[in-house]
Amino acid sequence: MALVLTDDQKMIRESADGFFKTEAPVSQHRHLRDTADATGFDRATWAKMAEMGFAGVLVPEEYGGAGFGHVAAGLIMEAIGRNLSAAPMLSTAVLGTTALVAGGSSEQQAKYLPLIAEGKRLFALAADEAARHNPAHVTTTATPSGNGFRLNGVKGFVLDGHVADTLIVAARTSGEDKDKDGITLFLVDAKAAGVSNERRSMVDSRNAARVTLADVQVDGADVLGAVGGGFAILEKILDAGRACLAAEMLGVSSESFVKTIDYLKQRDQFGQKIGTFQALQHRAAHLFCEVELARSATLRALVALDEKDDRASLFASLAKAKSGEVAKLATNEGVQMHGGIGMTDDFDIGFYMKRARAAQETFGDIAFHGDRLARLMGY
Amino acid sequence: MADLETFRAETRAWLEANCPAEMRTPITRDADVCWGGRKAKLSEAQRLWMDRMGGRGWTVPEWPAEYGGGGLSKDEAKVLDSEMRRIKARSPLSSFGIWMLGPALLKYGNEAQKKEHLPKIARGEIRWCQGYSEPGAGSDLASLRTSAEDKGDHYLVNGQKVWTSYADKADWIFCLVRTDPSVAKHLGISFLLFDMASPGVSTSPIKLISGASPFCQTFFDNVQVPKENLMGQAGKGWDIAKYLLTHEREMIGGSDSTGGGMQGGVSQVARRQIGLDAAILADTGLRTDIVRHEINAWAFALTMERVKDEAKAGQGVGALSSMLKYYGTELNKDRMQLLMSINGSDGLTWEGPGEGEGDLARHWLRSRANSIEGGTSEINLNIIAKRVLELPGA
Ligand SMILES: Cc1cc2nc3c(=O)[nH]c(=O)nc-3n(C[C@H](O)[C@H](O)[C@H](O)COP(=O)(O)OP(=O)(O)OC[C@H]3O[C@@H](n4cnc5c(N)ncnc54)[C@H](O)[C@@H]3O)c2cc1C
Repeated sequence: MALVLTDDQKMIRESADGFFKTEAPVSQHRHLRDTADATGFDRATWAKMAEMGFAGVLVPEEYGGAGFGHVAAGLIMEAIGRNLSAAPMLSTAVLGTTALVAGGSSEQQAKYLPLIAEGKRLFALAADEAARHNPAHVTTTATPSGNGFRLNGVKGFVLDGHVADTLIVAARTSGEDKDKDGITLFLVDAKAAGVSNERRSMVDSRNAARVTLADVQVDGADVLGAVGGGFAILEKILDAGRACLAAEMLGVSSESFVKTIDYLKQRDQFGQKIGTFQALQHRAAHLFCEVELARSATLRALVALDEKDDRASLFASLAKAKSGEVAKLATNEGVQMHGGIGMTDDFDIGFYMKRARAAQETFGDIAFHGDRLARLMGY
Repeated sequence: MADLETFRAETRAWLEANCPAEMRTPITRDADVCWGGRKAKLSEAQRLWMDRMGGRGWTVPEWPAEYGGGGLSKDEAKVLDSEMRRIKARSPLSSFGIWMLGPALLKYGNEAQKKEHLPKIARGEIRWCQGYSEPGAGSDLASLRTSAEDKGDHYLVNGQKVWTSYADKADWIFCLVRTDPSVAKHLGISFLLFDMASPGVSTSPIKLISGASPFCQTFFDNVQVPKENLMGQAGKGWDIAKYLLTHEREMIGGSDSTGGGMQGGVSQVARRQIGLDAAILADTGLRTDIVRHEINAWAFALTMERVKDEAKAGQGVGALSSMLKYYGTELNKDRMQLLMSINGSDGLTWEGPGEGEGDLARHWLRSRANSIEGGTSEINLNIIAKRVLELPGA
């Protein structure tokens, strides 16, 4: 597949751009933050996203989804990044769907996928246990009990965990901490006895929960994939999430870049536009190149997922690392080149820097993915 | 698509039968690169390979057949390229004629000029050099002063060029000259083609920090250039000069030795030289530097792929050549510095008893010129700021 968008994908890009600009612009994000909204996003907007086919972008058509694929999901995420739209797109449409598609039985798929596409059920991935991402670090235990398992442990950084209906929990059925073998995934009802969560609103005003599992009883039918073989599915879920986060960060970078270039053309100092200063021109031109590189790496990762390329993990890491690095640069430069106004809460550019920071940390930063990439390449 | 598969099969068979074994080995020395021209000293295999490929126009696959090119479509050219890579065939011919002058001739040359010069470039008969820079005109190229006075049937050329790569080895020069000193600097420039054997042309080599002397000062003392060697119109040379530069920049930024296609190259060397410890590179500090570089190199290679695909689909990024030139050459400098670090004190050897000793240090030093030749990084950033970002005063 060539690294260009098809006509269908271009249409999706246009409709996503238009949708988020009008339905979930930065002002909505600001409003949600200012009112300390308990949900953290607007449920009516999410319902509309389901109508647009966004919630079901990865859900196969046979389950009522749009089945547009990862490139399309990335375009939606990019528009979300540009507008800083708050929505459970990542947690549910990307992570939830991928979990079910990659690891779900046909019963599980039939039960949940249509609900995701309809926007009627929210998912959250409860995997990370330490502050630095490390998916094999799983100490939460799943011990056989009755016709299923009993779960005990604490999960941090569960995105949208405070509102999720279903948690995808990684727990250890065998092996030692940090072993890839012996991890099992479970679909856990968020209202089940023993599940409690503590909401944390983060620097980017998104929400994550700390989820505690105390003697939570799950059924054999709630196991996702094979017992002990959850890590491979988890990697697929994470890789889809990473590629989509790369796309979201690309949106963050490009919007921050556009706002900055506009400002360079407006602001006068020393009797001229600040954009006439070569020190700023060169940094802006360099940033332009960097955003183009992030775009290429991101598109390649999304294409690899659609093609089920066996290098999909490699490209997901490449995209996450590069797009994260560029988002950091673009938002840092954005604040710096706006001067004092860039530091004010009234002005939007700071929101982009905050989102870039959180998105970079999510599912591995450049240090994590640099290491992963090097290992995948044999060094 | 079926046609393309037939083309692939035929190409594969032809290459198999016609590419000499010596031409399937890696290029290790400067002399391995075949530049062609009247003064070329080629091995038998080099000559055979150049003649065979030149005969089919496959030294310039996409040029029209009537001018000595292969007449291939973009897709066919891609197939040829991949089939050559498959057998690790060397490029049969490298030349400024192919990368720079040819595209400009195709766009701006008259019929007689195209018929005269393009086939000779394609077959490697004539080697060209580029007479742009002067002692007082580098980044500010349009301030050049070499003069060409209209003498009725010919121009009389006087002046000096500098940094003229391979001027002493080239047969002809494409040269920027001032034909009208009375108008604004961009408007008085013309584009002349002439034989380096013309009376009044002389060259003197300049040594680089890498030790070699690939470029020269070039002097013109009352050189008579026939009028028909003017390309385009008098006073319109600047447009041609800029068009040619976009090709030069894409070539420098996108060549294998700079940014393109190098993903994994540095780490492979590191694995060999440094070795692994518990499956990761034994030098963890350097490992971080290498992987950061390879992330950029890979993202850059993907960008080249994407812009090619977009160009095919009729879309495109503005000031593309400046972006590729800037980023690709900065990457290559970074790559060479990493290779020096990986080789540690071994990389410092300048002269030694073994084959190829001293090459790395020389290549590292040579790479520093990548972001100077063909327009500096700063100039390319200026171009992006102006053309793409449309910043004021840029
Ligand atoms: C190996 C090599 C091969 C070459 N081959 C050829 C050849 O075959 N034919 C040919 O004609 N030329 C050739 N050149 C010349 C090359 O094109 C020039 O060196 C180049 O354009 C820079 O000009 P300069 O050397 O005069 O540097 P200057 O223009 O004097 O630049 C000096 C420094 O000032 C910076 N600078 C200049 N103007 C600006 C500005 N407006 N904004 C910001 N920074 C600026 C530059 O970026 C550079 O860092 C070659 C050069 C090298 C190194």
